[in-house]
Amino acid sequence: MNAEKVTKYILTFAAIIIVVIAGGMAFSLFGGAVPAFKEFGIKFIFSSEWNPTEGRESYGALPFIAGTLITSMLALIICFPLAFSTSLFLGEYFKGKKIAGILGTLVDLLAGIPSIVYGLWGFYVLKPLFVNIGINEHGLGIFTASLVLAIMIIPYATSLSNEIISMVPDELKEAAYSLGATRREVITTIVMPTASSGVIASYVLSLGRALGETMAVTMLIGNANIIPKGLFGMGNTMASVIANQFGEADGLKLSSLIAIGLLLFLITALVNFLGKLIMKRIY
Amino acid sequence: MNDAIIQINSPLLTIERLSIAYEPGKYAVQDVNAGIKKNSITAIMGPSGCGKSTLLRAINRMHELYPNTEVVGKIFLDNENIFEISAIELRRKIGMVFQRPNPFPTMSIYDNVIAGYKLNGKKLKRSVKDEIVEKSLKEVALWEEVKDALFKRGTFLSGGQQQRLCVARALAYKPEIILMDEPTSALDPIATTKIEDLLVELKKDYTIILVTHNMSQAARISDYSMFMYLGELIEYGKTKNIFSNPVDKRTEAYLTGKFG
Ligand SMILES: Nc1ncnc2c1ncn2[C@@H]1O[C@H](COP(=O)(O)OP(=O)(O)OP(=O)(O)O)[C@@H](O)[C@H]1O
Ligand SMILES: [Mg+2]
Repeated sequence: MNAEKVTKYILTFAAIIIVVIAGGMAFSLFGGAVPAFKEFGIKFIFSSEWNPTEGRESYGALPFIAGTLITSMLALIICFPLAFSTSLFLGEYFKGKKIAGILGTLVDLLAGIPSIVYGLWGFYVLKPLFVNIGINEHGLGIFTASLVLAIMIIPYATSLSNEIISMVPDELKEAAYSLGATRREVITTIVMPTASSGVIASYVLSLGRALGETMAVTMLIGNANIIPKGLFGMGNTMASVIANQFGEADGLKLSSLIAIGLLLFLITALVNFLGKLIMKRIY
Repeated sequence: MNDAIIQINSPLLTIERLSIAYEPGKYAVQDVNAGIKKNSITAIMGPSGCGKSTLLRAINRMHELYPNTEVVGKIFLDNENIFEISAIELRRKIGMVFQRPNPFPTMSIYDNVIAGYKLNGKKLKRSVKDEIVEKSLKEVALWEEVKDALFKRGTFLSGGQQQRLCVARALAYKPEIILMDEPTSALDPIATTKIEDLLVELKKDYTIILVTHNMSQAARISDYSMFMYLGELIEYGKTKNIFSNPVDKRTEAYLTGKFG
């Protein structure tokens, strides 16, 4: 066997392992979720009951699905204006400049901070602040979690869309300038339309990230197993309920948690797939 | 007076002692003096890196996109120093066609032609737009080929068609001068011939300045030729004189293929 072939076999082997691991995970999630779905059927997704009392056990995923979707969307909405202007700053206005380099590095640094640190910051800085302002009595809840979640995905959304925006070919911008366009006109008529699907994809992928974020959200959302009552109400997300309860769960409750995990897996996979799909259509 | 540099009578454009540096002190174009004849094709030739594009791009102030460039000298268009009017206004009077066809990929053929108006936020009546599109596409002999696909994207056209679309886009604003930087170097011979025929046709209404690496192209279609070397304008004259009887030894060396 020559080296060429050996390399090929090693690479193929590694690729197969990855597929097996992913398949195995989906399989065991599915297997673990079966009892819950058998017991509650499709109602599991639409029920908002979470009752672990023995004999009257009943579990439904709706509050967590709602909590996850609401915090993630809210985070995306809060993140957008900041991430969008920063990516324009980096990818267009100050492209290739020293200041853009420094800011870009800082953004990447933010992306590298562990989730628990954001959670701590939210807990010891934001929470007391919200209590002092009088937003709500405990400072925890959907809004607090979403705000920290937004801060966490800003670097991710920024650097993805920055990359897309700076990929808009100079020759297109030059063509526009040569027609007498101003910088703002070049950005609104050439850069934005050309980059739009990529930028949208960046935000969809960021959403995928927010959906599964666990640690910081668990610390800030209040962990109430109810459908959130308003922006400042408490709630729980799919990832948080699993993190909070898996330790003491068994039987039907464990199966329900695994089922929530499976649903989260599917939602996240779908969103990421969507993001990749949009991304692919660009150039 | 330098007898290698021709004096143009009543030029449309006058370049006066023009020097351009991308970095302080390092001049890519040095002390160029030249007049450009109206309704003619002026070719700029010279070895790679001699400053052809830099000189061309100064004429519609595209060099200002690079913030550190330094410009000394003047360029007059209609007796106005172009550096003293707004770059936006100037670029509407002096259109540009680039080396690689670059229609706007998000716009239809129709929108590409009127992109100049769109970009400047000018609202036109539909009938006026239709007229401009048809006239411009006819000017570049593209109308027959695309009249049924006006609302399809311009990027689906062949390279040669795309380049003619880009010429149409530059013409739509009725510029006085069209600058072209190696407009055929990315095209096949047939598409190249079409563009060359087009340029000869266009000079009735426009003044064309053309950077080219292709000497036979310059000989075929240009009326005047410049030869640049290391940022300096070495020789400038009627194309047929330059090709048959160059004054400067360096021009002769370049034209006979000794360097470049
Ligand atoms: N944006 C820029 N920044 C710094 N230096 C540049 C820039 N553009 C061109 N130069 C330099 O200026 C000189 C002239 O370049 P220019 O592009 O005008 O040459 P050219 O004659 O058009 O060459 P070519 O035939 O290869 O296109 C070269 O030395 C080049 O390296
Ligand atoms: Mg060049």
